[in-house]
Amino acid sequence: MSPRLLPEPTPETRHFWDGCREGELRLQRCTECEGGSYFPPRPFCPRCGSRKVEVYPASGEAILYSYVINHRPRPDMGTEPHSIAVVQLAEGPRMMTNVVGCAQTPEALQLDMPLKVTFEKQTDDITLPFFTPAKG
Amino acid sequence: MKQKSVAVVGAAETTRLGKIPDQSLIGLHADAALNALADAGLKPSDIDGVATAGESPVALAHYLGITPTWADGTSVGGCSFMLHVRHAAAAINEGLCKTVLITHGESGRSRVGASGFARAPSSLMGQFEMPYGVTSPPTMFTVPVLRYLKARGYTVEDLATVAVIQREWAAKNPRASFKDPITVDDVLNSPMIAWPFRMLMCCLVTDGGGALILTSADRAKDFPRKPVYVLGTGESVETPLVSQMEDFTTSKAFRVSGKKAFDEAGIAHSDVDHLMIYDAFAHLPLYGLEDLGFVERGEAAAFVRERNTAIGGRLPMNTNGGGLSYMHSGMYGMYALQESVRQMRGIAPAQVEGAKISVCHGVGGMFAAAGTVIFSNEAP
Repeated sequence: MSPRLLPEPTPETRHFWDGCREGELRLQRCTECEGGSYFPPRPFCPRCGSRKVEVYPASGEAILYSYVINHRPRPDMGTEPHSIAVVQLAEGPRMMTNVVGCAQTPEALQLDMPLKVTFEKQTDDITLPFFTPAKG
Repeated sequence: MKQKSVAVVGAAETTRLGKIPDQSLIGLHADAALNALADAGLKPSDIDGVATAGESPVALAHYLGITPTWADGTSVGGCSFMLHVRHAAAAINEGLCKTVLITHGESGRSRVGASGFARAPSSLMGQFEMPYGVTSPPTMFTVPVLRYLKARGYTVEDLATVAVIQREWAAKNPRASFKDPITVDDVLNSPMIAWPFRMLMCCLVTDGGGALILTSADRAKDFPRKPVYVLGTGESVETPLVSQMEDFTTSKAFRVSGKKAFDEAGIAHSDVDHLMIYDAFAHLPLYGLEDLGFVERGEAAAFVRERNTAIGGRLPMNTNGGGLSYMHSGMYGMYALQESVRQMRGIAPAQVEGAKISVCHGVGGMFAAAGTVIFSNEAP
């Protein structure tokens, strides 16, 4: 299997990837408006444009919002069908991920099921956040 | 209204569609352009405005021997050509140029002179979507659909029904890639691509191209073909990341673009005789029917199931067979526009008798962008 395609952090996203490496899912939120948390990272609020934003650790709790099960995986993703999922974090934002630690079937992957973040180290620099069923 | 003073005076697809291994990407652009110029009775030297996507407008102009006073390289995916029509109308009305050529060509299947799909690993997509195994559109455009089905109470059979009806239209079109009838069971038994999407719910991958020529309505009557007038246009964009759509059950870009076009055209939905909704995948016509306002949310699947969009229905949709059965080179918007123009000219293989208004709606990226053009064969 060829090495998995990995992200290259930019200065604007470095805090997120540093957080993953340290086992923490980091979000950002605006301190000026009521817009709340947002994702993906950027150094200003996408709702009001303010640069007064802060990074904070998210709970890592989420629900399964939507997904597909890719039956023709990319060469770096192995040969078995796998989920490509979007989760809704408890703090509001959604992110793409893989649901791991359960069967990759429609029966096992129920919409709205509770999930929690789990981290898997890929390289010394990059750790990817995945999600796994919160119960069982 | 300014938009009403522009018309299509030339329209054509590439000489061949399907598998064209002996023509490069820019060669397909040129073939379509020359066919459209012949259709309009023009030479390249008569063109002073160029717009294209997937290829540089500079390369296009040079290749064809055009010296433009206006160029547009807006590239927002498969609906780019709808946006080009809108921008060309504004440019013509503003006097920036008189006669605009819009081209599309894509070696989607043969990949001759075509670039790959990869995204820079430092881009937002490269960082926040690519690591999770997305590849081509079948693993991205499809991601919202389970949430959509659940919210609406629709089923995978509803997705399959869209594909079945597209195939019925394709059967009437000699240029369609696939013409044999299919059933819902056929669709649901076709190879699994990305649950819940089966192969027959996904568009074709072919080679081809198309081109349009627009000029002011004043000049349009002097051309060999009866003009097809642009009544209204709309455009919008939402997000390059499908995971970041505001709402997985509705496309914001569709809604904004559609409303703008209808407002500009000053028409009601009941005025529409013919509809094209870019069907890269079987769920898109369902989103489109709802987001453009032809039906209420939750009604699209029944509307299709009850054959309103099928042959003999009250809203004939995707009458060329669509991206699912006609052809799809990767940026299908040009082919939807071509079919709207053919319907307005009265020369479509599956002609809707007496059709006077056609709505043509495109999508770009994975719900990233949208463009809408409303045509009529009657001068506004």
